[in-house]
Amino acid sequence: MPIASPAVDQVGILDRVERITKRSIKNESKVQGLKMALNMIDLTTLEGADTEKKVIQLCNKAQHLHDAYPGLPTVAAVCVYPNFVSVAKTNLKGSNIKVAAVATAFPAGQSSREVKLLDTKMAVDAGADEIDMVISRGKFHSGEYAFVFDEIAAIKEACGNARLKVILETGELGTFDKVRKASDIAMAAGADFIKTSTGKISPAATLPVTLVMLEAIKDHYYNTGVQVGMKPAGGISNAKLALQYLLLVKETLGADWLNNNWFRFGASSLANDLLMQLVKQDTGLYQSKDYFSKD
Amino acid sequence: MSKKTIAINFDTGWDLNPAPESTSHIQLNEQYQLFIGGKWVKPESGKYFATINPATEEKIAMVAEANEKDVDKAVKAARKAYNDVWSKMPAAERGKYIYRIARLMQEKARELAVIETMDGGKPIRESRDIDIPLAAAHFFYYAGWADKLNYAFPNRHPQSLGVAGQITPWNFPLLMAAWKIAPALATGNTVVLKPAETTPLTALKLAEIIQESGLPDGVVNIVTGAGATGAAVVNHKDVDKIAFTGSTGVGKIIQNAVAGTNKKVTLELGGKAANIIFEDAALDQAVEGIINGIYFNQGHVCCAGSRLFVQESVYDTVLRKLKDRMESLVVGNPLDKNTDVGAINSKEQLATIHNYLKIGKQEGGEMYQSNCSTPKKGYWCKPTLFTNLSQSNRIVQEEIFGPVLAVQTFRTVSEVIEKANNTPFGLSAGVWTDKGSKLFNLTAQMRAGIIWGNTYNKFDPTSPFGGYKESGFGREGGLHGLKPYLKF
Repeated sequence: MPIASPAVDQVGILDRVERITKRSIKNESKVQGLKMALNMIDLTTLEGADTEKKVIQLCNKAQHLHDAYPGLPTVAAVCVYPNFVSVAKTNLKGSNIKVAAVATAFPAGQSSREVKLLDTKMAVDAGADEIDMVISRGKFHSGEYAFVFDEIAAIKEACGNARLKVILETGELGTFDKVRKASDIAMAAGADFIKTSTGKISPAATLPVTLVMLEAIKDHYYNTGVQVGMKPAGGISNAKLALQYLLLVKETLGADWLNNNWFRFGASSLANDLLMQLVKQDTGLYQSKDYFSKD
Repeated sequence: MSKKTIAINFDTGWDLNPAPESTSHIQLNEQYQLFIGGKWVKPESGKYFATINPATEEKIAMVAEANEKDVDKAVKAARKAYNDVWSKMPAAERGKYIYRIARLMQEKARELAVIETMDGGKPIRESRDIDIPLAAAHFFYYAGWADKLNYAFPNRHPQSLGVAGQITPWNFPLLMAAWKIAPALATGNTVVLKPAETTPLTALKLAEIIQESGLPDGVVNIVTGAGATGAAVVNHKDVDKIAFTGSTGVGKIIQNAVAGTNKKVTLELGGKAANIIFEDAALDQAVEGIINGIYFNQGHVCCAGSRLFVQESVYDTVLRKLKDRMESLVVGNPLDKNTDVGAINSKEQLATIHNYLKIGKQEGGEMYQSNCSTPKKGYWCKPTLFTNLSQSNRIVQEEIFGPVLAVQTFRTVSEVIEKANNTPFGLSAGVWTDKGSKLFNLTAQMRAGIIWGNTYNKFDPTSPFGGYKESGFGREGGLHGLKPYLKF
């Protein structure tokens, strides 16, 4: 089942991104952007060393980003492994913060359909609001696009009411053309979000790769009327870069995507840099990193 | 269930605050004299004219108007410098001066960029990232050739011509001055330059740089003024070579004027470039290229991609993408770092553009403009495109020199080649396709001096630039750019 995706030109993509990175975001527009970015974060911990206590700490951070600064939004979601979903759920009760779980033999995705479905079911049963699945990159590289499509569709079905984010792991795909093709397959198979990376592979999210995916989302929207969200993840650790991502969304997809229903950052350390910049806009001074809690 | 209209809403409520480039660091005089024989000389005419900031309609400075006597002084100074110093100087020494000018331009890049933007209305992003760096790059590039002319043209014994009279346009004031002065100096000629009357300031700042560089007096002379001054340069008996960039109309006058003389001439004139999109192209990047092709420098670009040819099967998609992209173009204060499209260069040019918009509509073209607001003062034209056109429409045939794109469709390769070449001009063209063989087939058959494949408006000092047919003759840039300043 070869799906014909439009060609992507690398030189043109890099040119467009360069234009975005030359934009100047100052004063109120910067404050507005920083708050928007905070509100779009999927605060993430995905380590072998994760424990219940670590997850509880992260949930606290998600709800109390920097209480010294009044009127701050919370992050959008906390993202954990399936076995920590119930802990996160309990500790986020009463907030609007969603719980996202990575599933489908994250991060490599090298397992059977049965295991992946079970993995997903376990997370959904524990109350996950969102599932972040990985595609089978090996099958994708072998040209078995129907396999990749069917797998995504099967996981989507297993998600029930949970929203499905499909991780393409763009750092393993090699070219923008393949990123575009994987994006098109994922959206056709029912993805609610497409996501760049697991965070376990370098390069993770980049501005150019995100632009390719945003353009795919835009074409999908025009072709089907269905809105699909975008989540760059990994490697976005400073405020300036986060604002550039938001500008890319603003100029490509506009108002309907500039909220945490349709755009997310997968990040662990971004929040504190955004906070530091916000406080700096208020006081004119950069505070020490030790004035911002690390969880 | 109500049917939702599918459209992208660019009204995000997240608008960027103004981010104007500072003007506090620039130095400008209230009045500028003529630069003749290495000195600032009052004009014999006694007259001065104002140069206006097209974004604010405010006067920036008064500039001397050179008459025939002034031009004669300048040519005499250039001749004396040629005979006494410049033609006798070892070529490597010549190169050193040109390198020095290039370095000084880089040092003053920020000031030059701000002045270029104030005087001409182009976005600071362009003057900062394109005009000024590229102008310096031309001096660097040609400095390298100065002592290698015998290797550039082996066994042909290249020799300088003498005095070059050069006339530059208002769309890339400093860059065009660099395109002209750098190869002339590298080949051992001396120069009388006449910059455009609406944008003379960066050429006058260049004169200051030239003074600072210690270039021998009279090697470069800069005489400001309008058409009459240019005519005096062209008609002067002791000028050996004319280099002109500007309109095809004036180019024809110059060609007439030099007929029967020994003057060598290069003319870089108008254009009406075809930008061709095939259905297999990377459409989003092609759209980006169309935008850069026509809205770069408000469309005041001789090689602007002003005729768009879209393969019919992707016409609706391309047009939709184009209109979406136009919405995110920031139009306004040229000094703002976020501005994509600045001010129209002059009141006269704005009137010309408006006249073409009228003609386009009268001819049955469908006009579309982006939904941006424009400042109250100054000269502005929203990014514009016309559809429902054919080859017989005037706005398809004539150079508008503004942010106005004429869109047509085609079905086959042979059809689009015929249409693209069916113009009196032949300066540039663009081809967008994912298929290499198609690209090379087209570029081989296109009658245009510069053809870009899957990109547009990319410039480099090593690459020759010039036209076919009414777009002029002779090449500037690269090895080819040395030839018009040499005899063999």
